[in-house]
Amino acid sequence: MDALVAQLQMQFRDYTISLYQQGFLDDQFTELKKLQDEGSPDFVAEVLSLFFEDCVKLIGNMARALDQTGTVDYSQVGASVHQLKGSSSSVGAKRVKGLCVTFKEYCEAKNYEGCVRCLQQVDIEYKTLKTKLQDMFNLEKQIIQAGGIVPQVDIN
Amino acid sequence: MEVCNCIEPQWPADELLMKYQYISDFFIAIAYFSIPLELIYFVKKSAVFPYRWVLVQFGAFIVLCGATHLINLWTFTTHSRTVALVMTTAKVLTAVVSCATALMLVHIIPDLLSVKTRELFLKNKAAELDREMGLIRTQEETGRHVRMLTHEIRSTLDRHTILKTTLVELGRTLALEECALWMPTRTGLELQLSYTLRQQHPVEYTVPIQLPVISQVFGTSRAVKISPNSPVARLRPVSGKYMLGEVVAVRVPLLHLSNFQINDWPELSTKRYALMVLMLPSDSARQWHVHELELVEVVADQVAVALSHAAILEESMRARDLLMEQNVALDLARREAETAIRARNDFLAVMNHEMRTPMHAIIALSSLLQETELTPEQRLMVETILKSSNLLATLMNDVLDLSRLEDGSLQLDLGTFNLHSLFREVLNLIKPIAVVKKLPITLNLAPDLPEFVVGDEKRLMQIILNIVGNAVKFSKQGSISVTALVYKSDTRAPDFFVEPTGSHFYLRVKVKDLGAGINPQDIPKLFTKFAQTQSLATRSSGGSGLGLAISKRFVNLMEGNIWIESDGLGKGCTAIFDVKLGISNESKQSGVPKDPANNRHANFDGLKVLVMDENGVSRMVTKGLLVHIGCEVSTASTSEECLRAVSHEHKVVFMDVCMPGVENYQIALRIHEKFTKQRHQRPLLVALTGNTDKSTKDKCMSFGLDGVLLKPVSLDNMRNVLSDLLEHRVLYEAM
Repeated sequence: MDALVAQLQMQFRDYTISLYQQGFLDDQFTELKKLQDEGSPDFVAEVLSLFFEDCVKLIGNMARALDQTGTVDYSQVGASVHQLKGSSSSVGAKRVKGLCVTFKEYCEAKNYEGCVRCLQQVDIEYKTLKTKLQDMFNLEKQIIQAGGIVPQVDIN
Repeated sequence: MEVCNCIEPQWPADELLMKYQYISDFFIAIAYFSIPLELIYFVKKSAVFPYRWVLVQFGAFIVLCGATHLINLWTFTTHSRTVALVMTTAKVLTAVVSCATALMLVHIIPDLLSVKTRELFLKNKAAELDREMGLIRTQEETGRHVRMLTHEIRSTLDRHTILKTTLVELGRTLALEECALWMPTRTGLELQLSYTLRQQHPVEYTVPIQLPVISQVFGTSRAVKISPNSPVARLRPVSGKYMLGEVVAVRVPLLHLSNFQINDWPELSTKRYALMVLMLPSDSARQWHVHELELVEVVADQVAVALSHAAILEESMRARDLLMEQNVALDLARREAETAIRARNDFLAVMNHEMRTPMHAIIALSSLLQETELTPEQRLMVETILKSSNLLATLMNDVLDLSRLEDGSLQLDLGTFNLHSLFREVLNLIKPIAVVKKLPITLNLAPDLPEFVVGDEKRLMQIILNIVGNAVKFSKQGSISVTALVYKSDTRAPDFFVEPTGSHFYLRVKVKDLGAGINPQDIPKLFTKFAQTQSLATRSSGGSGLGLAISKRFVNLMEGNIWIESDGLGKGCTAIFDVKLGISNESKQSGVPKDPANNRHANFDGLKVLVMDENGVSRMVTKGLLVHIGCEVSTASTSEECLRAVSHEHKVVFMDVCMPGVENYQIALRIHEKFTKQRHQRPLLVALTGNTDKSTKDKCMSFGLDGVLLKPVSLDNMRNVLSDLLEHRVLYEAM
């Protein structure tokens, strides 16, 4: 049993580190994990689910705004991008945040193609992140089921 | 009836008698009638008359008598029967009334008489009371005078004023002609006239103290009447007054506080007295009354008390002056001593440098010289020079150290060092000499000896070197062992009790040699300066006698003890010393000042905060952060919600100001408005923003925000920020 736990833990550690290294997550995610304790055991999961919901909503808004025939309300798009940027930076979704920055610039430049392209990228990006985080949570669950504790991964 | 109006016709001779009787009766009647009238008149006039009934009776009696006499007038001549009847009636009535009155008077007259006696008695009593009143009044007067006198006398502590005031007041109170005070002279054999009332400059007039009159006065505490002709009373030349007033003298006790030479005094009386002489005015026929004498006695006592107080005061002032002088002298002496010490220290400091420099030059150059090509004699000479100069250098150092140790100006240089390596170094230094003398040295370090300790490394080395060096110096053969251990209390050091504390320990070092040994009698002398045992073996070793003395002082500075044991000459000796060293383990000073600051506000339990953020995710993250720290968090997603929710219970409001425009900043202003009345209850306002350039900062400040934080905030950052914020109520550094 212990060997399994150890193996799972190693797997988990490697996976987490890879996520950081690939730029999916940044330090803010580590901070987020610090806030999880006995008082709020599912804090990270809750925040992330909220984030993903937010993503769906905002991306929907932006798609609708950009789909408008006629003049596109860039301020509205910009507002949504701003929100998404804020959310992603709060959870440590590094890539998403980076895309938002670019997106915002396009918005201010009122560059339609750029915006549309960014939107697509954001969509893909957040979905990817969601999957990856799902995998990570599954690993955590397996470790706990196997009787072990989830190791603290020190990124530095 | 006819009354003959003419009285003229010739009456016979026996009718002359009748005429006279007639006239008398008439006058009697008038008188008898007028008496009651007078009585009534006067009684009515007087307020008090207790016997009215008696008066009435008496009046009736008199009236009837008068009536009888009046009616008698008609009986001289022949009269009718009516007249006779009236006459009889009147007489009968008169008889009755007079008898009644007589009877009544028997009762009344004693009363009246007693009234008289009582009146006399009361008069006497009144006179007596008057007398007594007069007496009391005089006594009260006297008492008042005494009090006033006493007050006057006691209100000053100056001896002359006291005496002068006494005389003046006494003179005034008793209306004296002259009042004088005779004080005993320094020798005590004579009384000198010191103060008088009237005369301005009393002549230096003395009388011997042995006069009988004086002895008489001194013998009693009462005022004594003396003859006006006695020497003490004769203050002025007799100017022909034929009646000198009465003189009274009283003694005034004095305290023994002046220098009193009693060489020639055969019988020593324990008390000294002054004599006060009071003279009534001549030609006044006044006598000394008892109460006046009493007054004088009381005053004399008061004067004595006042004088003693004055004397005490004088004495204490003298003592104080003396003390002040002594103080000044002591201060001067101290300053001189300090100057001397400073001069010596300066001298030492200067000489230290001045002496060492040439010394070093000599040593250095001699060593260099040794390295060159030299003939054997030259080599010998250079070696001697080197040895001597080294000796001299050591001596200088020792003297310098010792003088500094003596006056306590030496302080230990505490530092952390490696104890084990210290011992090894000492041994390395000594080894060459020991090898030459073929004396094996062993070092035993106890296993529980700490490695890193806190103490004065240089001086500890000096001590160990000195002792081990001595062991080597004074041994011709045998081995030398150096043992170092942690001292736990044992009974071998009789006057040294050890209490190991947590951070200190006592190091014990034992250096045992099998050399010359020391005579047990010489052991006490070992630690004194410059003393050397005179045995031949030691004299050749050279060296000053300062080493052990200095070591002892260093050991004492380190709160330790050093002693030498020897079984006798030739049996070797063991030198043992204990010193107190500090254990240098975990740092005691490192994060301590910082930690309380962190810990103080790390407890944010229940701190009420409000988070306003439109973005749900970042709102949740911020809330989670604050909850983790321990705050009680309320959230608001719009400005209106925030404004509604904010209350004086919230200590901090975190507001997200990422949105472009100034809408979110307005909320700060509105919160300020809400709390204008209770400004001290306003929560602190912190902006959470994604960019922290100057314009954002300025904007925040202008809208009355207390701080700006960069999003996203890390956990530690938030902790520090909150504690800083709560402490300083403002935060603009967390950028």
